[in-house]
Amino acid sequence: MIDANTIKKDFPIFSRNINKKPIVYLDTTATSLKPKQVIDAVNDYYTKFTANVFRGIYTLSEEATCAYESAREKIAKFINSQKEEIVFTKNTDESLSLLSYCYLPYHVKKGDRLVTTILEHHANFIPWQQYGVEHGCEFRVWQVGIDGELNLKDLETLITPKTKIFAITAASNVLGTIPEIEKIVNIVKRRNPNCFVIVDAAQAVPHFPVDVVKWGADAVAFSGHKMLGPSGIGVLWAKKAILEEMPPFLFGGDMIREVHEKNTVFNDVPHKFEAGTPYIEGAIGLGAAVDYLSKLGMKNVRKHEIKITTYALQQLVKIPGITIFGPLNAAKRVGVIAFQVKGVHPHDVAQLLNEDNICIRVGYHCAMPLHEHLGIGATCRASFYIYTTKGDIDALVTGIKKVIKVFS
Amino acid sequence: MDMYREVILDHYKHPHHFGTLAKKSVIATLYNTSCGDTITMELLIDKKTKKIVDIGFSGSGCAISMASASMLTDTLIGKTIDVAKKMKTEDIIEMLGATLTPSRVKCAVLPLEVIQKAVNNTV
Repeated sequence: MIDANTIKKDFPIFSRNINKKPIVYLDTTATSLKPKQVIDAVNDYYTKFTANVFRGIYTLSEEATCAYESAREKIAKFINSQKEEIVFTKNTDESLSLLSYCYLPYHVKKGDRLVTTILEHHANFIPWQQYGVEHGCEFRVWQVGIDGELNLKDLETLITPKTKIFAITAASNVLGTIPEIEKIVNIVKRRNPNCFVIVDAAQAVPHFPVDVVKWGADAVAFSGHKMLGPSGIGVLWAKKAILEEMPPFLFGGDMIREVHEKNTVFNDVPHKFEAGTPYIEGAIGLGAAVDYLSKLGMKNVRKHEIKITTYALQQLVKIPGITIFGPLNAAKRVGVIAFQVKGVHPHDVAQLLNEDNICIRVGYHCAMPLHEHLGIGATCRASFYIYTTKGDIDALVTGIKKVIKVFS
Repeated sequence: MDMYREVILDHYKHPHHFGTLAKKSVIATLYNTSCGDTITMELLIDKKTKKIVDIGFSGSGCAISMASASMLTDTLIGKTIDVAKKMKTEDIIEMLGATLTPSRVKCAVLPLEVIQKAVNNTV
């Protein structure tokens, strides 16, 4: 079992006080804090073996290459895949956009259908919507009920022989809903084996065990900074055959094998997709983050989140005038709770909570279609992770009560 | 807290000139997508004197943007559109009399931007 109070000690930021008050960080869904182990790994690259990867015949470069590639191996193992299938990108958004530029134009034609869900972050919504607009394809959105859950029966009408793209999140960054990816992919593939399935796992990989083989999707994207790693490093996982078939995304150094005046032979995957000097320290930091999470065990991470989310839901529902969105059962959601306080705009809630260094996110959380679908304006969002304690939740509850008092 | 002075909360809870005008010369709306604020301003302008005869505002937003809108209508009714055109961010902050963090300045200035968008439509 995870002891969040002990874990907090690994995160140097918690030693900081602002206005003599500690930090109550409840915005991991936006970005996670970084443990000393990750900071040290990044720092080691800067202080012990700074060098470019793949091209130096000297110890420093060989060490840098080894650290960079072993990070790839760790990440591959973490989601049960092969290292050739791990492409380093900037973030989830870039991973998904890469697919829209390198896969879609060769497989999705006018009149075809692209399907996504209303739960999506804009990163897994706009690429398919825009492709549809530009290429005369039909863009369909799988809606959720008032409980925030997807009805699997809807797939019968959504997935047809014309459906070439199906993009879905593995965990909603607003409602916390966890769609049953394995089951859903199975139904989609049974209805149309040629439908390319993309999973946005930005809110999944950091929070519960992910096995891409079990999921059965064709491509999976996630970000390093939401799982204790540096910002600016992300991952695109895709089946090797798919990566090999796709043309490169960006041109430049390292993504080639041979270049002649008239032609170029591209490098093997995944290097074909990593043009130029990569974000070496970012990858190394993410590797250290994976080590950290693996040591805790992702099942334990999930258990802790269920525990803390259950507690948060129990405490929050008691506050008069609060509306909570999404399932009220913590087992059905990740550690993120979107809510509104009656009569108080979310910005004002966040501003007053900031008086006590309570960090929450407010707005549309890059999921405007979902907010429109639910017919609600901006929301407040508190999110939890391995370092979230009951004390943090208590501080949030006390803070919200203070907000209500100011506005009463 | 300074940002939530009594007068600001009062304007937020009981906004002045909230609603639509039966007779209006210009209308404009702006959104602040990061927080979901939306403000519409309707102005009745005297053609000869260029004076703002009446303003009605509608929409939804945080206490800062709503209070700013309410106070701004008080300030500008009876003034010429030139006064509205010349107002700046600093004038709004002074009008609110609150210490604003950078992210909240956007909220405070939105109502002025809507009014300026509206009057810029008039020749």
